[in-house]
Amino acid sequence: MRLTTALLGAAAMMAIAPAAFAARGSDGELKLIYWQAPSILNPYLSSGTKDLEASSIVLEPLARYTPKGELVPYLAAEIPTLDNGGIAKDLKSITWKLKPGLKWSDGSAVTADDVVFTGQYCMDPKGGCAQLQHFTGVDKVEAVDPTTVKITFKEPMPDPYQPFTSYENPILQKKQFEKCIGAAAPTCTAANFGPIGTGAFEVASFKTNDVVTFKANPNYRDPNKPAFSGITMKGGGDAMAAARAVFQTGEFDYAWNLQLSPDVIKGMTGPDAKGHVVAAFGSLVERLEMNMTDPSPTLPEGERSTSAHPNPILSDIRVREALSMAIDRSLLVQVGYGPAGQPTCNLVPAPAAYADTTNTGCLKQDVEGAKKLLDEAGWKMGADGFRYKDGKKLSLTYQTSTNAVRQDFQALIKQWWHDVGVDTELKNINASVFFGSDPGSPDTFEKFYADVEMYANNFSGTDPQAYMAQYVCSQAPSPKNQWQGQNMNRYCDPKYDAMVTELGQTADPVKRAEMVKTMNDMLTKDTMTIVPLVWRGTTSGVANSIVGEDINPWDSELWNIGDWSRKH
Amino acid sequence: MTDMAKPANTNRAIRPPRSQWWDVWDQFKTHKGAMFGAAVFVFIVLFVVIGPLIWQVSPTEMPQKALDLIRGKNLGPSWEHPLGTDQLARDVLARMMAGGKVSLAVGLVAMVISITLGTTVGVLAGYFRRLDGPLMRLTDLFLALPLLPLLLVMVMLFRDPLGRMLGIEVGTFLLIVTAIGITSWMQCARIVRGEVIALKEREFVLAARSIGTPPIRMVLRHILPNVMSPVMVAATLGIAGAIITESALSFLGLGFPPDFPTWGRLLADGADYLQDQPLRVIWPGIAISLTVLSVNYIGDGLRDALDPRIRGR
Amino acid sequence: MFTYTIRRLVLAIPVLLLISLIIFALLKFAPGDPMAQVPMTVPPEVKAKMRAALGADQPLIVQYLLWLKQFFIIEPLHILGTMTGYDLVGNAQRVISWQTRSPVADIIAQRMPQTLTVVGMSYVVGVLIALPIGIVSAYKQYSWFDQIGTFVSMIGFSVPTFFTGVMLILIFSVYLGWFPSIYDTTLVVDSWPHFWLQVRQMVMPVAVLALYNAAQISRFMRASMLDNLQQDYVRTARAKGMTEQVVVLKHVLRNSLIPVVTVIALGVPQIFGGAIITEQVFKVNGLGALLINAIYADDLPMVQTLTFIFAILIVIFNLIADVLYGILDPRIRYD
Repeated sequence: MRLTTALLGAAAMMAIAPAAFAARGSDGELKLIYWQAPSILNPYLSSGTKDLEASSIVLEPLARYTPKGELVPYLAAEIPTLDNGGIAKDLKSITWKLKPGLKWSDGSAVTADDVVFTGQYCMDPKGGCAQLQHFTGVDKVEAVDPTTVKITFKEPMPDPYQPFTSYENPILQKKQFEKCIGAAAPTCTAANFGPIGTGAFEVASFKTNDVVTFKANPNYRDPNKPAFSGITMKGGGDAMAAARAVFQTGEFDYAWNLQLSPDVIKGMTGPDAKGHVVAAFGSLVERLEMNMTDPSPTLPEGERSTSAHPNPILSDIRVREALSMAIDRSLLVQVGYGPAGQPTCNLVPAPAAYADTTNTGCLKQDVEGAKKLLDEAGWKMGADGFRYKDGKKLSLTYQTSTNAVRQDFQALIKQWWHDVGVDTELKNINASVFFGSDPGSPDTFEKFYADVEMYANNFSGTDPQAYMAQYVCSQAPSPKNQWQGQNMNRYCDPKYDAMVTELGQTADPVKRAEMVKTMNDMLTKDTMTIVPLVWRGTTSGVANSIVGEDINPWDSELWNIGDWSRKH
Repeated sequence: MTDMAKPANTNRAIRPPRSQWWDVWDQFKTHKGAMFGAAVFVFIVLFVVIGPLIWQVSPTEMPQKALDLIRGKNLGPSWEHPLGTDQLARDVLARMMAGGKVSLAVGLVAMVISITLGTTVGVLAGYFRRLDGPLMRLTDLFLALPLLPLLLVMVMLFRDPLGRMLGIEVGTFLLIVTAIGITSWMQCARIVRGEVIALKEREFVLAARSIGTPPIRMVLRHILPNVMSPVMVAATLGIAGAIITESALSFLGLGFPPDFPTWGRLLADGADYLQDQPLRVIWPGIAISLTVLSVNYIGDGLRDALDPRIRGR
Repeated sequence: MFTYTIRRLVLAIPVLLLISLIIFALLKFAPGDPMAQVPMTVPPEVKAKMRAALGADQPLIVQYLLWLKQFFIIEPLHILGTMTGYDLVGNAQRVISWQTRSPVADIIAQRMPQTLTVVGMSYVVGVLIALPIGIVSAYKQYSWFDQIGTFVSMIGFSVPTFFTGVMLILIFSVYLGWFPSIYDTTLVVDSWPHFWLQVRQMVMPVAVLALYNAAQISRFMRASMLDNLQQDYVRTARAKGMTEQVVVLKHVLRNSLIPVVTVIALGVPQIFGGAIITEQVFKVNGLGALLINAIYADDLPMVQTLTFIFAILIVIFNLIADVLYGILDPRIRYD
């Protein structure tokens, strides 16, 4: 009898348990490890992913994209559309309504003035705002009433959801940042290191490039959340150590961005591991870029790698195609990325609506086909195993940034190219030099003083328009623009330029998707200017005890951190 | 050590006037540690020079077929691959041989550059009072210069021109040994200077000076032999330092091209696999340690052999 | 000796200024871009504006003079201000890090405690074990103690700290679970349990660094002792009937310390430089990590300030070494 009562009691306890666990702060501390430590918590002054992720715990946008790519309201009451009248018929304005009763973590009310101020803060000409591109074409941001904001554009905007809809441009509190506008921005260390937000947590302490601690926001709009009472976000070290802290020692609950060889991850995530790997696939593509111009060091500085001299070898599309055919992309994935990569032939692999699923020709390695193409192009096999044409050796320089996986890729690709008779000279360059845009350095990826280079790129958010616009003729880096363009290949096709202009004026999503696919094919399979290799996901490690984590390729990985809890 | 042995051999024919080097060699032979060190060092040199002729496996080649590569990567030791394979199924033994050639050369040449520079600066600063100030301030400057930006500048300025003139491998080699050499001589210079300042006040120096010994002869004959032992230590430590620094440079993308194995690079590459394939780190680790240990013992033996006070004992 | 010291100190000012200019020019000249870590999704025009907001597009001499003014006038005034409570600086710009947009001095002050405890402690431990090992190894040359000492110190020097550090973590954190693998910089030592935590998290990084330091110093100690043990004055001292203890510890040791003092004095500024690799392996995030991150991010004011403080320390400690030479060996005269 007594036993039954006890059992009944236990059952009753079980039934109410979930509700009890959901109380705010009941799950103790959450420990995150970011091997690149956050250096500032103001997303408008730094666009490093690590800084943005850390600030996303505190600051929230009006709306953001879920892992499925749907836009859901956060501070806004609903998503404005053409149908509900939130977007003007002429596409020249968008009107957001805030949720009623929203509070900052200091208890004051969130008003439309805060949104207007955030717009002014970023658009100030002296501020050096890192998120200015989200305000491209914005004429003005104004408050219609205390809970309504209207954003007016100079031209009709086919995609009016750019401002305030991602962790890259959340809402700042006007009261806190009022005196920090423009040139005064860096003098406000306290505000930049501890912004007041509306998110589930508020900043408790911040040691730059080291550790951030957060505590639950007492004024968070959901009284039962967050489940954790606080967060410690430790930075520093390397991806390997971060993985070890989650999978093996269990000291941490979440490790961000584990760029490790699949063998290493596999070795750490055995059956008795304390965590598991999660992956999200955004638009990041590791690719080979072909230089359409001549990078030869014998050319005078200023003419090297410019459109004045076409590349003597790679100008022939048959050579470019043969180079692509010789590569076994699925092996690259197995060696370098494992579950965090997929072979691809697309420059735009996602979102699904924009991805050309028919472009799969490159997925199968075809060594014989590559040899035949090179024969046709006039490159004849010499006695030393390399090809020659008119006494000139088929020899390429191939550069990339310094990174273990990239060096493995270089070694593999060099061997495949050797198999078809192409000689390759490898070069790796320190990432801060390679990706830096110092016009004085010969080793930047923009100068491209090599025939082939490899790196990964993506676009922010879910709309590839700005990404596609990088490949217009005028964006080719050259001495004229201090080598600052993003069309590394120096690709130039007036037809493509015209499509970019047209895309900027098209609002119909179906038509936009078709255009992006066509442009994607023009750059990849039609011209082999860009040779995509791997569609890369981002991987993170999560402790098995964490519930509610949902990695998001379109926003911060911590976008829903208020919903996380610990399994007991 | 081979250099030391050579004069001994040439002198064998003319037996009666027994040369000083013959005594040195005799003394060196009795030093067990030194003989052992010399044997190990010769073995390592043979391993990297003759080894590839016997073990004719390419250090950079991977299996042709994808499946073979997947199956053949990260293997432990076997008859086919006595030291196992790496993450791209390349033979570690072949890579150790190829890497050793580069690492040994880098270690020795960079050490010689740094020791020569350091000793010269140290002796000049310590002996000639007028040079002391400028030379030591120069040393302070080099000690204060941040290494990485300095290397970045050197690579930016000289990598391409040197590579064009001498080929990418020789060019990079020269660049790296010079870079390591000119950024590591300061400690040696300070130590030598400190010793020279103290030696200058010793009685035998005073005596030598009073009979009118010219400065050059003073330095070469009286001062240098007496600062040999700290220099020897600096040299031994310098080899290890240079090999490790080279790996850090390659690791940062400032060194050899990525398909160029060196011991340091094998060590750094293997560090990620420390848990599953500890052997991959242990092989280059042993190689570097053995090299340093053997050089250290040779240095010990040489120092004893060169010291007339001990030799007489 | 006193006038010599004063003269050196006065002379140090122009020397340091020259060094700071050379460092600045080197940093400016080195390829790199403060915007290199900004994602590629940010268009070049925006990056150019961000660069302009930092002042990174100004000519070298303008940036250098600005830094000089900030470092030598505004920062000392600020320190004075915080000590006396008066606001002497007003709104004048302090040396601001480009990466974090906050005053460089504050970040350095924040990093000091962990650097001094971990790197400083390891240096002290290293010196304390290196000196006896060196002395005993030399006195009992080629004994088993000497052989083991040689072996261990050579291993300690030739195996890089990223290997020894990770090994220790695997053994003591992953398998045994004795020590944490990640250093907690937020830990405040205010009670015995916290003190115990602090000790536990310091054990591994201190051990790794101390091994490396001790290896080097003990070699120099041993070599120098060996040299002196064969000198004539040792025979004289023994002949006079002095005890071995006095002969070795008073006569020989004192005369052998010159190279060792040099090495130790050169090592002290390195404490401030931090230990880049060990700090990274154990996530200590001290000054070494700060410097290397700043170099990667091309954070010119931060790198310049850190290296310059480093330069000051080098000049000071080299002077201290020179003064110590005179004390160890009274025959040495600089005047």
